[in-house]
Order: sequence, then structure tokens, then C-alpha cells
Amino acid sequence: MTRSNSFKTQAAATLRRFPFLPALAMLALLLILNGIAEPNSLTVRALKGVISTYLALVFLSVAQTFVVYTGDIDLSVGAILSFVNVSIVVIMSQLGSAPHQVLIACLAGILIGALCGLLNGFVVAGLRMQAIVATFATSILISGLALWVLPVAGLPAPSLFWKIYGGRSYGIPNVFFFITVLIFVLAVIAKTRLVTRLLAVGNGQLTAYQTGLAVTKIRIAGYVVCGIFSSFAAICITGDTASGDPLVGGAMTMSSVAAVVLGGTALSGGVGSAFGSAIGALIIGLISSLVFYAGTPSEWQNLAQGATILIVLMLGVLASRRINQ
Amino acid sequence: MTLFSQSQKGGTPISLAEMIRKPLLVALILIILLLGAGEALSPGFASMQQILRLLIVAALLGVVAAGQNLVILGGREGIDLSVGGVVSLAAILAGNVMDGNNANIIAAIAVCLAAGGLVGLFNGVGITIFGIPPLVMTLGMLGVLQGLLVVIRQGIPSGLAAPALANFVSKPFLLGLPGVIWLWIGVGLLMAFLLRRTTLGYRIYAIGSNENAAFMAGTPVKTVRIMLFVLSSMFSALAGLCILGYAGTSFANVGDSYMLSSIIAVVLGGTPLSGGKGGYTGTMAGAFLLVLMQSILTTLSIGEAGRQIIYGITLLVLLLFYGRSKALRG
Repeated sequence: MTRSNSFKTQAAATLRRFPFLPALAMLALLLILNGIAEPNSLTVRALKGVISTYLALVFLSVAQTFVVYTGDIDLSVGAILSFVNVSIVVIMSQLGSAPHQVLIACLAGILIGALCGLLNGFVVAGLRMQAIVATFATSILISGLALWVLPVAGLPAPSLFWKIYGGRSYGIPNVFFFITVLIFVLAVIAKTRLVTRLLAVGNGQLTAYQTGLAVTKIRIAGYVVCGIFSSFAAICITGDTASGDPLVGGAMTMSSVAAVVLGGTALSGGVGSAFGSAIGALIIGLISSLVFYAGTPSEWQNLAQGATILIVLMLGVLASRRINQ
Repeated sequence: MTLFSQSQKGGTPISLAEMIRKPLLVALILIILLLGAGEALSPGFASMQQILRLLIVAALLGVVAAGQNLVILGGREGIDLSVGGVVSLAAILAGNVMDGNNANIIAAIAVCLAAGGLVGLFNGVGITIFGIPPLVMTLGMLGVLQGLLVVIRQGIPSGLAAPALANFVSKPFLLGLPGVIWLWIGVGLLMAFLLRRTTLGYRIYAIGSNENAAFMAGTPVKTVRIMLFVLSSMFSALAGLCILGYAGTSFANVGDSYMLSSIIAVVLGGTPLSGGKGGYTGTMAGAFLLVLMQSILTTLSIGEAGRQIIYGITLLVLLLFYGRSKALRG
């Protein structure tokens, strides 16, 4: 009895330090299943395809995590993605497509993302509105701005953009480098004071406030970081689709929330990791490719994918609860 | 005055600040102002016929919001993101079963409500027995429903509404009002009765304000919560059926827009997302207010972008009045 108990506390302690471990195991399992269903699905070429398509969702899920840390939520990440996507494409079409001009456009996009995050933080933390409804309202406003910048989809991005995103360096696809850099950046960010404070606010706003933390400012900072990572997601989608589309992010908001939960972050706040959310987004990608490689008839693919995601979500919540007990 | 006196103690006159805190009153004043503004912008906007058309659209949203309202009242972060999926599912199922034939209406209603009830049961069991947070469970369910819609649509023509159903929704039915408005009035009365006069109603408020206390007092917390999710999906299924009648034929993902607008209608109506307080009368006003706002924006010739920008800002301003949480200091 005591031995199994001490094992349990140890497992709980490990999981508390690395909340993404179950997600990592699930990712490994999905890779193996993909390999069994279709050995070619594990080639560099095939993996490059999966990562290119899902890198935007990876960044968007990471973005979502910084507000979920405090127990908040951001339903406008998809709208921010669309807005930044059309903004950088329009800026590049006006400015030109030389490398430094592309860089200026991207920096402007990041600034726009940060400002959208600031707006969300202001209405949710500053004006104390309920996060779900307030960020839904801002998502309508931001989608409107995206439509104002570019009313219809289709303005192409300069070739430099998609050549870098889809290209290879030293024989290795560039997206592999991007995701490696992201993992390093997330490891560094996880050690920062900001994340500790976000998690402290998520554990209990009143306690954090009584400890002397500037709760409102910390929550706003969470939304700003969320906006910045959403704009990184927008840069990825611009590289992947090579064009501007004011509606491109709409369907991705809910997937980002699912990815955050899959990655072991609690929606109630206080526990989690952005690295887990990145894995969660890749899990969603690998589930869809597994459904495809398993030979599911095309009309059944969405259902199989939806049902698998629901089951994995439920298993994840149950597993982390059992170990934490 | 009876409408406003429900939370007003005695006959003392209320101050402006207190008035602003009464969501129902504010919503009604805004509705009158907006109707006036609409009439000024485009004459005929506030005509009886036009208001009836708005009421039909509001009734569809209002029926979905009734279920959302129940789930939110039940507290513990109660929310149902699958309502839009159920609306689409019911519209397609009803269209396929009915196939434009009056004789099949009863069967279609039965199939819709059964399908809705089943989805709600899944949600409720996942949330109470397995302890999955409502947002996660219903979000996952939404994904399943969207997949199911693709399967059902494949190969089978999406079906037609029976003429009787179409007439019920958009033609005068009784006293010059279309049937769907009577249906909404019926849902309103049912909700008022359920929440104020039945044991279930008291139990909903009890688990919404303090689940542990309610459990200690002997409330079957899990059963009540499962019932809330079953009712929510069944209301959405009913709305899906009416939307089929309104549109004549079911088209893809007709219910998508109901997911978040039903939540907004509830919040504008004065039920905070934390649950335990509020009611359906405010939600009805909230639903009409939302539909009215969208309709006015459609009459403005400012393009889709401008419309969305104004709609978003207006929602933010309205939300500023309701459901703001308390400051940590104090």
C-alpha cells in the first residue's frame, strides 16, 4: 500500500513539474500508429507536410496557453490570426517584397497582434468583463477589421515568404528549425517570472492579490503575449497558404482550446505548460493524418477525427485527475 | 410595471445607477430606442410586419438560449458549446425524415428530440460521471457533431421542410402571430414555471449557487445537471426543426452562429456565467436585442467590415453593464 502510495505521490510530483508528459506519450503512440498504418507517413517529407500545415495551430495553441494559465480564455485568437495575416500581406503588397520590407511587414504584424492582445487584456482584466463573452465580442470587432483591410481572400504573398517557409536548409526542411527554435523559446519562457506569476494568478486571484501581485497587470500581460504568439501563427499561415484571407483563422480558435487541454493545461488555470499545448496541436494533426492513412472513407473522416479527439480529451482529463488525487 | 418589480423591494423609486443594473429594464429601453433608430434610418423598419419578422428570428435564437440559460444557471462553469451542432443536426435529420411531406412531421419531431436528448445525455454523463469540464466536453461533442453532419449529408439529399412546418414558422397561426412566436411564448411560460414553481427549478438555483451545500441538503446534484444538458440539447433540436421550417431546406452548418450568440443573449439578459442567479425573461429580451441590433446593421449601407466593427463595439459596450466581476480590492 505505502509503496504504491509513494509511487503515486512521486508520479503526481513529476506530472506537476512536467504536465505535458501524458501528451508526449500520446504523441509517440500516434507516431507509431501512423507508422503502422502507413510506413511512408514517417518520412521526412510526410512529417514536413504535417508540421507545415499544423505549425500555425501550434503557435496559436501556445498563444492560448498564456491566458489559460490565469484561468482566462481568448476566443479571439483566430480573428487576430486572420487580421495579422491580411495586414502583413497588404503591407507587403504596398511596400514591396525585398527582404527588409518583408521583415518590416512581419514586425508590423507582431505589433498588431500585441495591440489586439492589449485590447483583450483591457476589456477582460481592466474592465473585469467575463472572458468568454468579452473576447467573443472583440473577435467580431477584430474580424471586422480584417475584412476592412482585405475584403476578399486571394491577395498573394511575395515568393520570398513561402520559399523560406516551405524550403530546406542543409537538406532539412525549414519548418523543423522553426519548431526547434520554438521549443527552446518555450523552455526559456517557462522559467521567466511572468509565467510563474500567471500561474500564481491562476491558482487563486485573491491569494495572488493579497501576496502583493499586480493581478490586473499580469492578466493583461498574458493577453499581450497571447496576441504576439497569435501573430507568429499568422506569419506561419501566410507562409503555408502564400496568401491573405480575412476568414482563415475563424475555425482555428476552438482547435486551439482543444490543443491546450490535450497538452495537460487545466482550463481553470494554475497548472500547465505551453510546450504541452504545442504537442496538443501536433496530436490533432497526427489524429487527422492517422484517420486518413487508416483508410477511413472520406465522408467518415471528420466524424472519426472528432470522436477520437473527444475520447483523447476525456482520457487526458481523467488521467491527470487520477494521478493528482 | 409587474415586469420590473420582481427584484424591486417595496415601492421606493429607484435611482439611475440601480436602473442600469436591471438588465431586463435596460434591454427593453434599448429595444425601444433601437426600433426608433431603425425607423429613422429606414422608414418601415418598425412596422408591425417587420417586427414580426424580427420576432421570428429572435424566437429561433431564444429557444436555443433557453437551454443555454438552464446550463449556465446550473453553475460550475456550465456552458454548452454543442448547441450549434445540435441545431444543424436536427435541421438535417428533420429535413431527411420529413422530405416535404406533412404526414411525416410527427416522426421528424420525435427523431429530432430523441437525437437532441441523446447528445445531451452524452454531454451530461461526461460532465457529471466522468468529471470532464463542460467547456471541454461540449467542445469535443461539437467536433463529433460536425463530423456526423458530413456523414449524414453525404449522398442523401438534404431534404425539404413539410409545408405545414413552413407555414407554422412564417405564416400567421393564431391571432395574427406565427406559430413559432407562440412556441417561444410557450417556452417562456414553461421556463418561468420550471424555474419558479417546481422542485427542479429550486434545485437548479441551489446547485448553481453552491453545489456542496445543495449536495449536503440532499439535492441529487448529478441527476439535475444531466437533466440540464439533456434539456439544453432538446431545446436546440426544437430550434433546429423550426429553422428548417424557416429556411425551407436544410443547408450545411446552419446552426454555427447559435453557439456564441446564445451565450451572449443569456449574459445580456442578466444571467452571469458563474450561474446561480438570473432567469429566462431577461434572456428573451437579450435574444430580441441581439437580433434587432444585427437587423439595424444590415439596413446600414456600410459593408460587412463596418457592420462587424460596429457590432463588436456595441456588444462590448452592452457587456460593460452586465456581469462584470467584483474588484479584488474591497
